[in-house]
Amino acid sequence: MIARDRDLVGLNFIRLGMLSLGVGMFFGVIGGFQFLFPEFLRELLFTKTRPIHVSMVVSWIFLVAIGGIYFYLPRQQKLKLWSPNAARIHFWVFIVTGLAILFSYLTGQFGGREYFEFPAALSIPIFLTWILFGVNYFNTVRQQKGPWPVYYWMWGTGVVFFFITFCEAYLWLIPYFRESMVREIIVQWKSYGALTGSWNMLVYGTAIYVATRIAGNQDAARSKMAYSLYFLGLFNLIFGWAHHTYLVPSQTWIRLFAYAVSMTELFILGKILWDWRSSLSEYQKNRHCNAYRFMFAADIWVFINLVLALIISVPAFNLITHGTHITVAHAMGSTIGINSMILLSSVFYIIREELPQNVHASCSKQVMTGFWVANISLAVFFLALVMAGLGRGLYDGASFQEMATQIRPFMMVFAVSGITLMLGFWVVLWNAFRLIGEIITPVSSEQTQPELA
Amino acid sequence: MPGDQRINNRLVFGTLFVSFIFYSAYVYTAGTEAAHLPQMSEEASRGQHVFQKYNCVACHQFYGLGGYMGPDLTNVISKYGAAGETVAATFIASGTATMPNLGLDPTEVQDVVAYLSFVNQTGTYPPKNYEVTWYGTVRQEDDPQ
Ligand code: HEC
Repeated sequence: MIARDRDLVGLNFIRLGMLSLGVGMFFGVIGGFQFLFPEFLRELLFTKTRPIHVSMVVSWIFLVAIGGIYFYLPRQQKLKLWSPNAARIHFWVFIVTGLAILFSYLTGQFGGREYFEFPAALSIPIFLTWILFGVNYFNTVRQQKGPWPVYYWMWGTGVVFFFITFCEAYLWLIPYFRESMVREIIVQWKSYGALTGSWNMLVYGTAIYVATRIAGNQDAARSKMAYSLYFLGLFNLIFGWAHHTYLVPSQTWIRLFAYAVSMTELFILGKILWDWRSSLSEYQKNRHCNAYRFMFAADIWVFINLVLALIISVPAFNLITHGTHITVAHAMGSTIGINSMILLSSVFYIIREELPQNVHASCSKQVMTGFWVANISLAVFFLALVMAGLGRGLYDGASFQEMATQIRPFMMVFAVSGITLMLGFWVVLWNAFRLIGEIITPVSSEQTQPELA
Repeated sequence: MPGDQRINNRLVFGTLFVSFIFYSAYVYTAGTEAAHLPQMSEEASRGQHVFQKYNCVACHQFYGLGGYMGPDLTNVISKYGAAGETVAATFIASGTATMPNLGLDPTEVQDVVAYLSFVNQTGTYPPKNYEVTWYGTVRQEDDPQ
């Protein structure tokens, strides 16, 4: 099947996302070693490697989720994109802005706010093209007759909340916010609640989309349970963020409320356990072997991360875990274990659908090797962070250096498993990148033997 | 009854939307109104920009939020008693084995130290006097009530 020109923009987003992850992980590994050995590449300061890493891996999540939407709607859902040109503009503005952001980091020009560490002006093109994306998205799905499947709601919610994130993240520019420390921090973290919430909506929407396509029925996207879970997620997105700021002296009410809201996620946990067995048997069937495995891994990581998230949302435990590497375990565990696995599943699903004759598109030894290396490394990586976090949280002396020395062995394991994690991902990404390339420019002859059934 | 369903949906989303607006408004105003907070001096305000310009947050935290390569800076000024500002200024101006010397000029150092002093007065982190309730919440000394 040859991809039509108008489908290409989605695939281009996806390829750009993969590139961004591949490079972003590399900077993460450098940063990990700088953490341990401050002399390592001292000219390339940690103040640069950290934001390059964070911005690039977060871009991976957005780019591949957006690419999926631009691809699935016209190609599989038969909804003509309202404006393919707007999508192309979106793509090119993202590339140019991304390069400008990289340039600003490398030359040491910072906005200096966590997560938006680039100069504020560079947000303007992202903001404007996001509006374009939103208009394009809603005008496209409007053509859908009858009620929307839940993933349309989720994607739409992601679009809207990213917009809100942006507005809130820059409220600090107004002195009323900037000059009150408490207000400044609380509003900043409220905005990040919407940020992570928005990308989760985009990614989980993609997960449900891919799952229903593979299963061949729409239950997961049309049932009452599906809508209820979506609603619960939305509710948490809006009201649950304050667990990031329990220890900032805001009104007690906000914190109590966030605590209560966060605990509603126990329901999701219960639901996962309940569905466990049936989902296990679902995963046995194998046409979409690559896509299945990544989705399966995501399922397990959802479970692990949800348990950790619930624990650290209890203020009494948060007192110990806050401001430690456990927060990093939480962030990296979910972005790598859940979001990235889902997105890779989406990528391999597309590959399998578009390259039905290519045997590697379904299952390949290399991808499986990468898959296992990445997941095992991630488990080690995650545990090392939790242990380091406990070390920091439970340390009751006054010396930062002493504490840092105590947790150093764990940070060492973290940095080394970071390398293998990156290598595992690189193998997977390299295969996916090549195969997506074959969809974009089909190669005719290459018909190889199956490597792995 | 798809008609009923649609009305229900609108009601649910409408309620959620309105609560979101009210909740946000509350967070922007009374929810984060901390009467005891000091006024930010001009120097401290410039210092805030210096802190951002050099991306100190990549390594440091306030209230536990930020990067973890260096220590939390919320109360770094009171940590060293009367010498707080001088010690902080020395760290920043010269760097150490683990903290790079970022090359701030003397005014920038002075401003960012003023900013750290401002932050120091906004609260205590990690909380020293607190009380954990049986249902898992924490009451701490800086709480507005
Ligand atoms: C590359 C990471 C890094 C950056 C960037 C950085 N610091 Fe540090 N900073 C550290 C580390 C690590 C320490 C602990 C140093 C030690 O104990 O030897 C530290 C210590 C400090 C201290 C003393 C803290 C204490 O509790 O004793 C202050 C004050 C400080 N830094 C301020 C700043 C300011 C202001 C900036 C931005 C202009 C900044 N730092 C940028 C890593 C960094």
